[in-house]
Amino acid sequence: MFSTQTFFDSFGPLFWAARYTLLVSGLGIALGLVIGALVCAAALSRVRALRRFAALWVSFLRGVPLLVQLLLMYYLLPVIGINVPAIAAAVITVGICASAYISEIWRGAIGALPPGQSEAAAAIGMAPRDIWTRIVLPQAVVMSLPALVNELILLVKASSLVSVVGILEVTRASQAQAATTFRPLEVYLAAACIYLLINLCLAGLGRYLEHRMAV
Amino acid sequence: MVQASAVEIRNLDKFYGPFQALKQIDLTIPPGKVTCLIGPSGSGKSTLLRCINFLEEYDAGEVRIDDQLIGYDGPGRKMSARKLRQMRRSIGMVFQQFNLWPHMTALENVAEGLIRVRGLGKADAATRAAEALRKVGLEDKMQNHPARLSGGQQQRVAIARAIAMEPRLMLFDEPTSALDPELVGEVLQVMKTLAGEGMTMAVVTHEMGFAAHVADQVAFMEAGELVAVDSPDAILHNPSDPRISDFLRTYHERNAF
Repeated sequence: MFSTQTFFDSFGPLFWAARYTLLVSGLGIALGLVIGALVCAAALSRVRALRRFAALWVSFLRGVPLLVQLLLMYYLLPVIGINVPAIAAAVITVGICASAYISEIWRGAIGALPPGQSEAAAAIGMAPRDIWTRIVLPQAVVMSLPALVNELILLVKASSLVSVVGILEVTRASQAQAATTFRPLEVYLAAACIYLLINLCLAGLGRYLEHRMAV
Repeated sequence: MVQASAVEIRNLDKFYGPFQALKQIDLTIPPGKVTCLIGPSGSGKSTLLRCINFLEEYDAGEVRIDDQLIGYDGPGRKMSARKLRQMRRSIGMVFQQFNLWPHMTALENVAEGLIRVRGLGKADAATRAAEALRKVGLEDKMQNHPARLSGGQQQRVAIARAIAMEPRLMLFDEPTSALDPELVGEVLQVMKTLAGEGMTMAVVTHEMGFAAHVADQVAFMEAGELVAVDSPDAILHNPSDPRISDFLRTYHERNAF
């Protein structure tokens, strides 16, 4: 029999745990955006070594599972003498991993701009810095929004992996709940509802931003 | 009357890998005159035009604007980016695909260069931009984004964007080729007005009517070579070279119905 009582009771503790889910994915994407911008700049640089570095960065981080990256980071940091709380290690790893995807999203958006856009600016004598900040980036950022929202939604779901380094986010909390109530179905269903709720909100926010910033 | 530039092109060569796109081009574009470049697709007309403001880097020869070499300081020595930008300020360019910036209104498109390149304040730039838009007949569309303008209107905004910078030379790269036939006239009209004011103009075009009526000289190109430069009448009605007559025959066949 399905216990409606357990289902609804699960929401309290799981919502409380959701703050870690939001923290890890929110700070993760913020860090990912910053590092992703730098990696993208490196990928588009005229300096060959920087382009190489960006290519390596992206292929390593896309090629190794986030779960393995988390474990690596968790055990690596103390070895090199950095002692940070598990949550910090989790945020850094998620952010670095996201940066690989985000840099590719931006590189793609910039590459999708017709060359005539910057040519028209160059033809009237605009300096490269102005061409970037006034012509290329404003359009590339808008074009990349759907893909960035998609990435953020993926991150919210991927944040369940940080439970392996002992962070009590939604998935880990629901495992604990399931073990104490012996009602796994009700508890996991509640967890699914919470993820769905978060991601529906994000998708809605994405649509709102796209609409507002539409060119 | 605008202060008009002269362009001297000497022995110009341009390669794409092993392919020679321009072969030993010699062409003088006199100040205050309209020069039309015609010829089949792929003949190098656009490439030649784009060498004039160095959007396309040429490999040998010279392009001089009012006696100043563009792109190079001397043989094999590239000009600094700053100096090149300085020279480009006085060369307006209009593209086949308009290349308006879609995230800006018509007014912002025109004002952008005045602010970033000419260093004008926002208010001054807006006044000057509005003036340029009025000149191309778009005073009532200033607040529209490009997506809400017809092709002809977009191209007129693009012309306004160029003339707001007060160029002494205007380059037109097939300015009406992307337009629906009924919108071609409004763009050509603006170009005629500009020509009447004494602007030096180089126009790559397939509009033989425009070449016949507005051009002071017509240059015919084929396969990277400049075949002939002469008066519109001589080129279009008494072609001296069989390549020109062939081209015109094809043109007339395509436009006959």
